[in-house]
Amino acid sequence: MADKKKPTPKLDELEKGPWPSFVKEMKLSAETNVAAQDLLGILERSYDEKIGHWKHGGIVGVKGYGGGIIGRYNDIPQDFPEIAEFHTIRVNQPPGWFYSSDALRTLCDIWEKHGSGLTNMHGSTGDIIFLGTKTTELEPIFSKLTEAGFDLGGSGSDMRTPSACCGMARCEWACYDTLAAVYNITMTYQDELHRPAFPYKFKIKMAGCPNDCVASIARADMSIIGTWRDSIQVDKDQVTAYASGPNRDIARDIVGKCPSKCMGWDGKNLTIDDSNCVRCMHCINAMPKALAPGKDRGATILVGSKAPIIEGALLSSVLIPFIKIEPPYDDIKELIQAMWELWGENGKNRERIGEFIQRIGLGNFLEQIGLEPVPEMVSQPRTNPYVFYDIKKG
Amino acid sequence: MATEITTRKTDIGPPHYQKYLPPVIQKNYGKWKFHEILKPGVLLHVAESGDKLYSVRAAAPRLTSTKTIRLFAELADQFCGGYLRYTSRNNIEFLLTDEKQIAPLIERLKKEGYPVGGMGPSITNIVHTQGWVHCHSAASDASGVVKSVMDELFPHFEKMDLPGKLRIAFACCLNMCGAVHCSDIAILAVHRTLPKINKEALPKMCEIPTTVASCPTGAIRPKMTDGKQSVEIIEEQCMYCGNCFTVCPAMTLADAENDGLSIWVGGKVSNARHEPMFSKLAIPFIPNNPPRWPEVVAAVKNIVDVYAKNASKYERMGEWIERIGWPRFFKLTGIEFTKYHIDDFRHAGESYKRSTHLKHTPAEG
Repeated sequence: MADKKKPTPKLDELEKGPWPSFVKEMKLSAETNVAAQDLLGILERSYDEKIGHWKHGGIVGVKGYGGGIIGRYNDIPQDFPEIAEFHTIRVNQPPGWFYSSDALRTLCDIWEKHGSGLTNMHGSTGDIIFLGTKTTELEPIFSKLTEAGFDLGGSGSDMRTPSACCGMARCEWACYDTLAAVYNITMTYQDELHRPAFPYKFKIKMAGCPNDCVASIARADMSIIGTWRDSIQVDKDQVTAYASGPNRDIARDIVGKCPSKCMGWDGKNLTIDDSNCVRCMHCINAMPKALAPGKDRGATILVGSKAPIIEGALLSSVLIPFIKIEPPYDDIKELIQAMWELWGENGKNRERIGEFIQRIGLGNFLEQIGLEPVPEMVSQPRTNPYVFYDIKKG
Repeated sequence: MATEITTRKTDIGPPHYQKYLPPVIQKNYGKWKFHEILKPGVLLHVAESGDKLYSVRAAAPRLTSTKTIRLFAELADQFCGGYLRYTSRNNIEFLLTDEKQIAPLIERLKKEGYPVGGMGPSITNIVHTQGWVHCHSAASDASGVVKSVMDELFPHFEKMDLPGKLRIAFACCLNMCGAVHCSDIAILAVHRTLPKINKEALPKMCEIPTTVASCPTGAIRPKMTDGKQSVEIIEEQCMYCGNCFTVCPAMTLADAENDGLSIWVGGKVSNARHEPMFSKLAIPFIPNNPPRWPEVVAAVKNIVDVYAKNASKYERMGEWIERIGWPRFFKLTGIEFTKYHIDDFRHAGESYKRSTHLKHTPAEG
C-alpha cells in the first residue's frame, strides 16, 4: 500500500482527553486504508483553512435503485486522489439496532474490502452509514450486502429508512410492538424506500411510549407514539417501598411535577385521576417498579415534523388520538397511502408533508384523506374569524 | 478491477427484527416487568418470568472504524454471547445475563477507551452530523466540536449528578441532519454571508426556476449575466439558510472567516411533564476555532453549570427556564440578549411577550 499519511498536528490534539476520539478511529482505519489516510489529510486541511472540501453529490447508485447512495466528491482531488470519489452508502439497520457479533463482522468484512473502513453507527435517520467509497465498488458492495441479508436504506425524495425504539424487546413501557410494526411497514414499502417518487423525503419513526426515545415527534413526517387508554397500573406495595427510600419526596417530585395535576399523595396513598391524566410518563419514569402504563395500549399518530428547511421547523401534530397497532396494520397502511396520494399529487417540489398541511390547511387535509376533525388535533380552536365558509357543503 | 458480482437480489429489506435478539429477549419479548439503573451505565431489566437482562452502555464516537466495531464484537463474544445493540444516540450497549461479567466488561471497555455511563440524569452522547469530514454544506466540523465539548462535560457522563436528563445535539448547517431543534442544548453551525454565485458554472449546473423557488424569503431573482441565464440575490432578504445551495451547487456558502456556531437551549422531545419544545436561541454566534473550539466549550459548560446549580429535580433545561423566565436565564448565565434573539421570520409575533407578567426586582440603593 502506497502510504499517503501526512502530518495532522491539529487533529492530533483531538486524540487527547477522556471522550472516545474520532481521530483515533480515523487513524485505525488509516493503518490499512489509503482512502482513510487521505480523509485525515483533507480534514486537517479543513482545520487549517476553516472550510470544508466536499462538493455537492452527483447522481450515483446501484442498478434499479434511486436511493441509498449519496454521491460525494472532494474539490481538491489533485491533492487527495484516493477520496476523489468518496460516496456514502446507507444500509437499512436491523430494527432497534440489535446485532450479533457475527453480523457486525460480516458488515466489517464487506466494508474493509470495498471502502474506507469508516462508518457511522448510526446516521441521523438510523441507517448504518458506510462512509466513503468509489463508484466502481458500489455494485460489488450491494451484491455482498444482499447476500448477507442486508439492503440499502433511503435517500432523496423517497420514504426514508423507518426506525423504531427497542420496544417490547427490552422495555416494559412499549405500548405496541415497535419492532414488528417497523419491520412490516419497511417490507411493505420497499419500492417507496428504494425508488424516490415523492415531492420530498418522508420519514416514519415508531416510539413505544411518550418518552419517544427515537425523537419521532421532532424528526418524523409520521410519528407513531405508543400510549394507553385505561388506568395507570399501580403496585401499592412498591409505592410504599418507593416512599420509604432515601431522598424520596412523592409530593414534590411526583405529584408536584404532574402536568395535569391529576395525582394526590396523603403520605400513605397515591391517588390518580386517570380521566385527567395526559399520559406524559413522568410518574412512571420516576417510579418504574410501582407504576406502569395501562393494559389497553395502542398509539397516537402524529404527522408533519421536520427540521427548518424550508418554511421553518415543525413538531408533528395529532392526526389520530388513539389507535391499536396490530398486524396486519391495514388501517395504518391505508392512512399512509391516503397521505402519500394527496401529498404526492399536490405537494410542491421539496415540500415536506408538514409544510404541505400548513399550506392547504389541516382541515382541508383531513377532508381529502377522509378523516373527521376532532378537538384532540388542536391545542385550541382558531381565534381569527377569517373562516372560509363553504355553504354548498353545509 | 475484476467484477465480483455473483447474484443480484433487490428489495430484501432489513434483517428480520428477531434475527439478532439474544435468547433472553426472545424468551421474554413483551413480558418485561420493570427496570432500574443499577449504577451509571448499567441498566437492569427484570421480566415477569424473573429473568434478568443487564445492559452495559458505553460511549462510542459516531465516526467509528471497522476495527473498533470488531473490538465491540469480540467483547460481546467474550462477555455476553455475542449480543449487543446501538442506542439512538450512538452509544453501544452490551446485553448480559451473567451479572458477574458486568465488572470485568466495564473494566475492559474503560481500558480500551470507551467509558461507561450516559444514563439517567446525566449527559450522554451528543448526536451530530458529518461536518467537514464528509459534508458539502458544513459551516463547521461536527466531530471535533463534539469531542471537545464531551471532553469538558465528561464527568456528567460517568455520574448521574444533574437535576434531569441533558441532551446535546450538533448540526453543521441549517439543514439539521441532526435535527437539533428540540435539544436541551443545540450547537448549530451557521453561515452568515451571501451565497457566492459561480457565473460560469451556474447555467450548466442549475435549473433557474428551481433555484428561484428554493428561497424561503424570495431573495433570488432570475437575471441575465454576460448573456447567460443566471440569478441575483437581494442582499437584505437573504438569511443564509443554504437552501439554494442544496438545489444549485453553483451557489456556495462556505466562508472561512464568517462561518461559525450558534447555541440554542431548552428543547426536548419527550412528553414527560412538559410537552415537547423547540430549542431557543441563546448565543447567536461564536467563530470557528479549531481544533478544540475553546469558546464553544466554555459557553456550553457555563450553561450546563448554571442549569445544574439552579434547576430542581427532574427539570429539563427548557422546563427550568420556563419556570424562572428568560430574563433570569440571561442574567444567571451572563449571556448578552441582542436583536438577533428576537424572531423576525414567519409567525415571529408569537414569541413577543404580550402581558405584564414580568418578574421585577427593586431598584438598587
